[in-house]
Amino acid sequence: MSAAANDVLVTGIGLISSLGEGLDAHWQALAVDGASPTAPETEKFKPFPVFPMVPLELDRQIPRRADQRQMETWQRLGTYTAGLALADAGLAGDLERLARMDMVVAAGGGERDLAVDGQILEGLETAADPASFLNEHLANDLRPTLFLAQLSNLLAGNISIVHKVTGSSRTFMGEEIAGVSAVEVAARRIAAGQGDLFLVGAAYNAERKDMLLSLAMGRTLWQGAPKTVWQRGSGGEGGMITGSAGAFLVLESRAHAEARGRAAYAKLTGVLSGRSRRRPGEAAAVASRQFDELSRHFGGFTPAVLSGANGIAATTAEERALWEDLAADERVAGIRATQTLIGNAIEADFPIRVALAALAIGRRGFYLPTDDTGIERPAETPSKILATSWGFWRGEGMALVEAAG
Amino acid sequence: MGKTRDHLGRPVVAVTGMGVVSSLGQGVDDNWAALTAGKSGIHRITRFPTDHMRTTIAGTVDFLFPDEVRSPVLSERLARLAAEEAVSESGIGAPGDFPGMLFMAVPPVEIEWPARRDFFAGTEAATGDAYDRMIQSVLQLNDPDTYEFALYGCVADRIADHFGTRGAPIGLSTACASGASAIQLGVEAIRRGDTEAALVIGTDGSVRIEGLVRFSLLSALSTNNEDPEKASRPFSKDRDGFVMAEGAGALVLEDYDAARARGAKILGIVRGIAEKADDFHRTRSTPDGKPVIAAIRQALEDGGAAIEDVDHVNAHGTGTPENDKMEAMSLEAVFGERIKSLPISSNKSMIGHTLTAAGAIEAVFSLKTILSGVVPPTINYETPDPSIPLDVVPNVARNAPVSMVLSNSFGFGGQNACLLIAAEPA
Repeated sequence: MSAAANDVLVTGIGLISSLGEGLDAHWQALAVDGASPTAPETEKFKPFPVFPMVPLELDRQIPRRADQRQMETWQRLGTYTAGLALADAGLAGDLERLARMDMVVAAGGGERDLAVDGQILEGLETAADPASFLNEHLANDLRPTLFLAQLSNLLAGNISIVHKVTGSSRTFMGEEIAGVSAVEVAARRIAAGQGDLFLVGAAYNAERKDMLLSLAMGRTLWQGAPKTVWQRGSGGEGGMITGSAGAFLVLESRAHAEARGRAAYAKLTGVLSGRSRRRPGEAAAVASRQFDELSRHFGGFTPAVLSGANGIAATTAEERALWEDLAADERVAGIRATQTLIGNAIEADFPIRVALAALAIGRRGFYLPTDDTGIERPAETPSKILATSWGFWRGEGMALVEAAG
Repeated sequence: MGKTRDHLGRPVVAVTGMGVVSSLGQGVDDNWAALTAGKSGIHRITRFPTDHMRTTIAGTVDFLFPDEVRSPVLSERLARLAAEEAVSESGIGAPGDFPGMLFMAVPPVEIEWPARRDFFAGTEAATGDAYDRMIQSVLQLNDPDTYEFALYGCVADRIADHFGTRGAPIGLSTACASGASAIQLGVEAIRRGDTEAALVIGTDGSVRIEGLVRFSLLSALSTNNEDPEKASRPFSKDRDGFVMAEGAGALVLEDYDAARARGAKILGIVRGIAEKADDFHRTRSTPDGKPVIAAIRQALEDGGAAIEDVDHVNAHGTGTPENDKMEAMSLEAVFGERIKSLPISSNKSMIGHTLTAAGAIEAVFSLKTILSGVVPPTINYETPDPSIPLDVVPNVARNAPVSMVLSNSFGFGGQNACLLIAAEPA
């Protein structure tokens, strides 16, 4: 393994979820306990369980209350997590570097005002002139600043305002694959010398009925008591459990990290995005090609897998078969589906898993099995980890993470 | 990969096809004819009732669907039409087999009021709040189209399907800079050698009641409702906001040598790209214009161009009091005395602000300016603003040779993107 000046290193990680805040909390839950300290929320969003965010002291990363008030929860989670990543990389307050730091955020949209929506929907039922009623109430009842808390690119905008990251700023949309593309584009730009310092990531607030409504339309959501990803995906239609989470990574060229004397968690050796129309076997075919392309970097080592399987039966079974075949040939060892304890955080899904892969490489350890259906077996500490994300609708991504060297 | 390199040793990025749809019509030729004739596409909104609205005008595209459709459905159609024109002009690939990546600016999506009302209708209050009731209702629904068009990735994915672009499409939003950001991502990918071709699109078909209310509540919109065609007044003293509009712009970007090798006609070059985020405020720019100034200077630097090389500015020029003042001040700061003799147009005076699509549409018009030697006017310029001493090409198009255009796009959230678009090198 040779070190190159344009290697893509992970030098900072911000991570929040139902497992806790920060890397130690995630390590404790996933590598030491094999269990979450937080019970899934099973009442508020019935019939759907969700993994709730742990309480955060927002002031610690978003000091101005005026800034907090301008955001809805999703933006607060993301801005908070971005702050954690910058602090972890030793960049918080480093205005000179932040001013040329490039940013790629994956985002959906922000929370609606559910109370206003509810009042309008009820009023429309009896309104003499429904269209006029709708106009009048939207014009009078919506908070003027709510729009800014909903706009997809305003998570990035808030990160610029609060943390002073002011190089380029791009926001990708498209559920999980947006998170894959965000990491991929940043990594490709670093490798090609189109920038040497990036903040990349996403946040997701699962505790909102407007988003659950959209997902329910596709019958993508698991109903009832939570089970592991592989259990949910083993029969019927299965379903995913969404989870509130934020994940931001500081990605940096090796030359840039060395020049400022920063150690890295890990090296991001390859990031690949792909798509298929999801006819049977197509997603596995994409992932299989991605595996083959990344395998040229394995150098005789057998990688572990942090799988993005989400519990939706068709794709979970497909991904399971792919890994079980590769495991039978001893080409992968140690498969873990992290959505079992964290849930699907959609745009943040892939950044979470890249973060967890980098953490495991950096700490020279691995995560415990959390499923007893046979796929997650005890494993030795891997020197290389594959992280995948398969979108609940479309999009397949895979990354290879290894020691920074 | 070929051998032609720019001043930094990178592959040169050519434009070999372009397409546009706006409220002025479909196709580059029709749009260009209307634009250079100083025609406005702004009209009264008829798509939905505008009772209680302070603004009742827009540049909607009403000629594609007889009735109101979901925003993403219109955005997808607009994008497809613009991209079909661009791909056809470039002659690249085969139908359904575009040999390159897709970068696409799309408006954020959500379930809209007609659908929300449908979901709510007939549900029982006993089953919970309005959202509980709608969730119960949609769990019984089997309507893949409604579901898929509520996903953020849907429009770009459908375009990827239709054109057969390579790999996962990138859908993006940088607010009103989105179209320019899509072009930047395509340029970067070609410069990296990741792809020899890229289909880049900006599309926006999202003029709906709630969107109108949202911008209205931010006091961003013109309320000159009486005479819609005269409402959008960029750089005028009496400007009072922008006019929401719809449309799509598409470009085929190619590695210059690859395009030449297949005998493609080169329409122009994307010489320089730049972006600089602002940390001042969610909707307002840093008062001294520093981020915009930095973005313009970076675009010149990235393109290896001097200020003397630029002979036209396709302005962001929204017609809001603040944008136009800040843009003029920033241009003055960069171009100095030269600004007085540099023709500057705002296409938005005629097509309105096409939001997510604007950067892409205006890139197409920038290329047409170079190809035709006609600078489109800034219409409705009747009352000059003494604090904006720019040559805005008032009201009437002008014949002038143009070989390099600076195209500006700025957006909420501190997005500032600049493109330097040039004629094919001699």
